[in-house]
Amino acid sequence: MSNPGNTGPKSVINTFNVIAGAIIVMGLVITVLRFTKGLGAVTNLDDNNPWGIWIGFDLLCGVALAAGGYTTSAACYIFGLKRFHSAVRPAILTAFLGYALVVFALQYDLGRPWRLPYPIFYQQGTTSLLFEVGLCVMLYLTVLFIEFTPAMFEWLGMKKLRAVVVKLTLALTIFGVVLSTLHQSSLGALYTIAPSKLHPLWYSPYLPVFFFVSSIAAGLSMVIFEGTLSHKKLHRMMDEEYLKHHDGVVLGFGKAASLVLFAYFAIKMIGLAYDNNWHYLTSGYGLWFMVEMIGFVVLPCFLFALGVREKNMSIIKKAAIITVLGIVLNRFNVSLVAFNYHLPSSERYFPTLMEIGISIFVVTLGVVIFRFITTRMPIFFEHPDYKGEH
Amino acid sequence: MLRRTFLGMLGTACVGASIPGVASASKEFNGYPGSKGVLFDATRCIGCRKCEEACNKVNELPAPDKKYDDLTVLDTKRRTDAKTLTVVNKYKSAKGPLFRKSQCNHCLEPACASACFVKAFKKLPNGAVVYDESVCVGCRYCMVACPFEIPAYEYDEPLTPRVMKCTMCAPRLAEGKLPGCVEGCPKEALVFGERDELLKIARKRIERNPDRYIDHIYGEKEMGGTSWLYLSGVPFSEIGMREDLGTKSAPELTAGALASVPMVAGLWPALLGGIYAVSKRKDKVAEEEKKEAVANAIAQASSQAEKTLSEALTKADVANKRQIEVEVKKAVEEALTPKEEQEENSEEES
Repeated sequence: MSNPGNTGPKSVINTFNVIAGAIIVMGLVITVLRFTKGLGAVTNLDDNNPWGIWIGFDLLCGVALAAGGYTTSAACYIFGLKRFHSAVRPAILTAFLGYALVVFALQYDLGRPWRLPYPIFYQQGTTSLLFEVGLCVMLYLTVLFIEFTPAMFEWLGMKKLRAVVVKLTLALTIFGVVLSTLHQSSLGALYTIAPSKLHPLWYSPYLPVFFFVSSIAAGLSMVIFEGTLSHKKLHRMMDEEYLKHHDGVVLGFGKAASLVLFAYFAIKMIGLAYDNNWHYLTSGYGLWFMVEMIGFVVLPCFLFALGVREKNMSIIKKAAIITVLGIVLNRFNVSLVAFNYHLPSSERYFPTLMEIGISIFVVTLGVVIFRFITTRMPIFFEHPDYKGEH
Repeated sequence: MLRRTFLGMLGTACVGASIPGVASASKEFNGYPGSKGVLFDATRCIGCRKCEEACNKVNELPAPDKKYDDLTVLDTKRRTDAKTLTVVNKYKSAKGPLFRKSQCNHCLEPACASACFVKAFKKLPNGAVVYDESVCVGCRYCMVACPFEIPAYEYDEPLTPRVMKCTMCAPRLAEGKLPGCVEGCPKEALVFGERDELLKIARKRIERNPDRYIDHIYGEKEMGGTSWLYLSGVPFSEIGMREDLGTKSAPELTAGALASVPMVAGLWPALLGGIYAVSKRKDKVAEEEKKEAVANAIAQASSQAEKTLSEALTKADVANKRQIEVEVKKAVEEALTPKEEQEENSEEES
């Protein structure tokens, strides 16, 4: 029995650990500053710009990029595309870590973080879209944790508990898709309350739909992108089953991503036509909007299609990277660049180095925990005791 | 309008009954009857900052950097912040310098209240929009939501930051007193009263002095209506007020998105369950077809084999018969061979 889990990294001191360690120390220093001196001491937030990159990147991008969890598990368990099975565990793990870190990062941005349970358990503001986001994220984080536990139970050898959770797979998957649909879209819907602040090219009553559809493209692309990264760094943890299916997953997800991006482009154009905002396209913001639409939606859509037709993995992987960057760009545009567009540039927001530092710190934590888990638990390989049991 | 109808269609059936906030959003709300407000007349304001001073005093806010009689402050644009709940700004116009006071407008359906996920904001029946710091999580979505950019935040407070904004002096109103700024205004640029009355007063002023005022009461309809109302002699955009806010209230803006929530929660499980059932059925049918094909193939192969066997058997039969015939013939021939030969043979033997 060859369990690839037995061959972990050899020494604790390697380049990765040193860099990660340095970033974590930096993060801890800023953390102390944040909670002793207040938000004003570490951020450039002000009364006109209450939300900065901790919301724009850590929350909006974090949630969108963790969409691989629901897209992959839906493809495999609901649509019955069993050939994507090998991609489910890495995707679920990434999604779980992604959401956990979103909630963690939120602690920095909230004025009184320990009150985060208030809106759910103490006094419910049901008219708020943020309430919906909070409720869904909390429930979905729970679902993702349960979906992740079989890998942990296999690692710990808890067969009975594992069997119980495996039986719940379909119900959990459906619940997960419902919750994801709701909170992915309500993140966009958060901004529907501020038509006077968000530039018309990005403001639309369809914002929730835009956010939901683009999250699917983000999820598919992230699975491809992470698979590529993991292949480079964690190849030793992958079994033949995973490696055999890897190219099939990339091809299938690339095809789906191409279609979704095409649909996304179509509904964005419908949104533009619906509000008759074409005339803004000739402005400076219009140019920027075109960069987003052509460079980060149409281009990857075309590249995905080309890569799938030619069966060219490297084109598909490049398209995935462009799509991931495109999602980040879009969320930044909605939350920061096109937000407060009416204010003079002197009153606009740009993050401090410390704010960026915390965001890097959070991403690093994610990578470290991902490595810790994938080098121990059966994520990229099937546990020898449970082969072919899925 | 169409998309509202569409989203409404999605929503009304189920949501209307289940979420009261959404249901009320689809109807027009014109404020609590008899609720109070303040009318600000920009043609009367002289920029003396007495209202700022009064506000600072009655709300017990920290002392300002420059004294209130220092009017050079007016040369730079200011906004409300955590220590200043109201500010007066100066604007240049063809009619000379104009002044405009800003503070919370106390919307009839406040964006902050609709956006708050712990209900820290509340519109009181007397018209004031008040904030409860004992539940506030500090997410600052209220600040994102407010179209007038009023709520401010105590960014330098590490553990107990509050959202700060004008309360219309709700505690003073409860005592039967006027809001601090109204009491402090020496030029009667501020009038406190029932909102309905204020609208009448404002209309009368416009009617009597059509040259002095433009024909618009700001706040009557903006963002679904506000308890603070404004009169001006120049277009409101010239005194720093946005004229593109529309007349939809904040709850109306988000009603569509909220209405689709129960629809997704209701439809998705059925839809996804259906897809699962179909894909599973497809697999099952494929499996059955495969089994059938295998069975057919086996049946065909065995019947083929039987046929070949029987053919072989018949062939063998024929061959056997022939052999027997040959053998018999041989025996008969042997039997009929001439006797001489036999005798010859016997002689040899002996």
